[in-house]
Amino acid sequence: MRQFLTFIKKEFSHVLRDRKTLLILFGLPVVQIIIFGFALSNEVKNAKIVVVDYAKDDVSRQIMNKIEASRYFELEKRSLAHHEVEAGFKEGQIKLAVVFPANFGADLLHFNRAQLQVIADASDPNLANTLTNYLSTIVMDYQLALNENQAVPLQIGTEVRMLYNPQLKGAHNFVPGVMALVLMLVCVMMTSISIVREKELGTMEILLVSPFKPVLVILSKAVPYLILSLVNVASILLLSVFVLDLPVKGSVLLLFAESTLFIITSLSLGLLISVRAQTQQTAMLISMMGMLLPTLLFSGFMFPIENMPKVLQYISNAVPAKWYYIIVKSIMIKGLSLSAIWKETLILFGITMFFLMVSLKNFKIRLA
Amino acid sequence: MEAVIKTDKLTKRFGDFIATNNITFEVYAGEIFGFLGANGAGKTTAMRMLTGLSTPSSGSATVAGFDVYRETERIKKNIGYMSQKFSLYEDLTVMENIRFFGGIYGLSDKAIKEKSDMLVEQLGLASEKKKLVGALPLGWKQKLSFSVAVLHDPKIVFLDEPTGGVDPLTRRQFWDLIYAATSRGVTVFVTTHYMDEAEYCNRISIMVDGSIKALDTPYNLKREFGVGSMDEVFYKLAREARRSAD
Repeated sequence: MRQFLTFIKKEFSHVLRDRKTLLILFGLPVVQIIIFGFALSNEVKNAKIVVVDYAKDDVSRQIMNKIEASRYFELEKRSLAHHEVEAGFKEGQIKLAVVFPANFGADLLHFNRAQLQVIADASDPNLANTLTNYLSTIVMDYQLALNENQAVPLQIGTEVRMLYNPQLKGAHNFVPGVMALVLMLVCVMMTSISIVREKELGTMEILLVSPFKPVLVILSKAVPYLILSLVNVASILLLSVFVLDLPVKGSVLLLFAESTLFIITSLSLGLLISVRAQTQQTAMLISMMGMLLPTLLFSGFMFPIENMPKVLQYISNAVPAKWYYIIVKSIMIKGLSLSAIWKETLILFGITMFFLMVSLKNFKIRLA
Repeated sequence: MEAVIKTDKLTKRFGDFIATNNITFEVYAGEIFGFLGANGAGKTTAMRMLTGLSTPSSGSATVAGFDVYRETERIKKNIGYMSQKFSLYEDLTVMENIRFFGGIYGLSDKAIKEKSDMLVEQLGLASEKKKLVGALPLGWKQKLSFSVAVLHDPKIVFLDEPTGGVDPLTRRQFWDLIYAATSRGVTVFVTTHYMDEAEYCNRISIMVDGSIKALDTPYNLKREFGVGSMDEVFYKLAREARRSAD
């Protein structure tokens, strides 16, 4: 045990003495949160839209006011003729058009239902999607307010429901994604590099000739990075709560427990790489290419997995970050408990065990 | 004389390639045993088997009385090892390195303190003990590396080309350290390329193509081959090698 502590102390000295490593370790999550949370946010503000109002009644005017009051939209023109809308789109001046048909308000009051048309510039599909979602939310809000004093509910025909993220805050999706990404990068890269460095320097041989058990070498490499990664999780959560205004709805304890599981997955992957790689550069390249890309592509936080071809969907199941992303999203944003995510947890646990077995087995083979 | 290393037909195969072929020798307590051979002759493979880094394919061997197949953990407690590559942590200080290696060999804090004070004094590193090892000249590093390898008073210390790339003066000082260790009863098993160093050994073996071709004192070997220096002995034997150096 005393030997073990000596070793862990030495690992910490390595990390704390190396400014570059420290910078990566603690700078990376901060930079990622800021980049993803703000710069890459798909939240849109002050998008220019036009309204074509054939109805010119109270209802259409009230909805128009609500649209104008929202910070997402900037009302460019009112009462444009329908054919002028296309011109506006072509010039790229406007992103969205809302058309109130004649008798909109009258239909709503007499037949209890009315339709309004939303036209979006879909050359940027993500933006179009986001904007139509914003707009439907505004209309929904209006309808809700209207129905409060109504015996028979009135319906306005825009049927988009937005669960969990009514304001479509960008950070909601990014924070769990960034957590998966940062942990994956830090754990895999740092462990594999630190083990390969000992091989490169020749100190690994000395350690293996010493009575210190090889398994303990691995463990004492893993412990400091486990601790540092948990510090990273804490700092990401603090940033998301205090900078991005994104609270953790579920149990923080559960979140840390699941994160520990994912960190162990990543550490065992790092170990697997370090067994194979002979130089630090190789270890770094494999970690970057082998971990970063699949994590970005298949975790589902940048590209929806549902839209991928079936083959890629199957592949995505083997990417641990996908399951961790689902778990973190469920706990942080939906506030779910373990009973709702036990299946994902079990899968992640299985993947972890698999990598741990494979890498420990490989490590032993190299000693023979 | 008591043998601390005994091998009998020790062999290591990698597929069709036989790295060490039926080597049989004994190393006696307290002696300096030189293990010579050209690059690729199988020295490192033999050493790896004796230090428990690699399992032999056939034959038998004991180190410090323990079997190399079944008792590697006990062997490890009784040996020290210094590899070809410089093998201390350059980003740790002199004292931190000593403390770390003393620590993983299970020495008590008190013993580490005593030994490190003595060692630093002996090497003349007292003013450098809080410096990073990376900042020391190569000669100092090698000497420190050796001192760390015998810190836990092993029965046998294995040195794999310990003086590579070091100037003659420092090499001489390095050998003084080796002699000091043997006077404390440590057995030294050393591989080297320098034939002047071979002369410093009590007995030497010369490996060619995985087999031991000669084993005796430097004096006897020179007489046997009728030459004046170890250089010529080595040259006569190594010339017959079929394996190309790696």
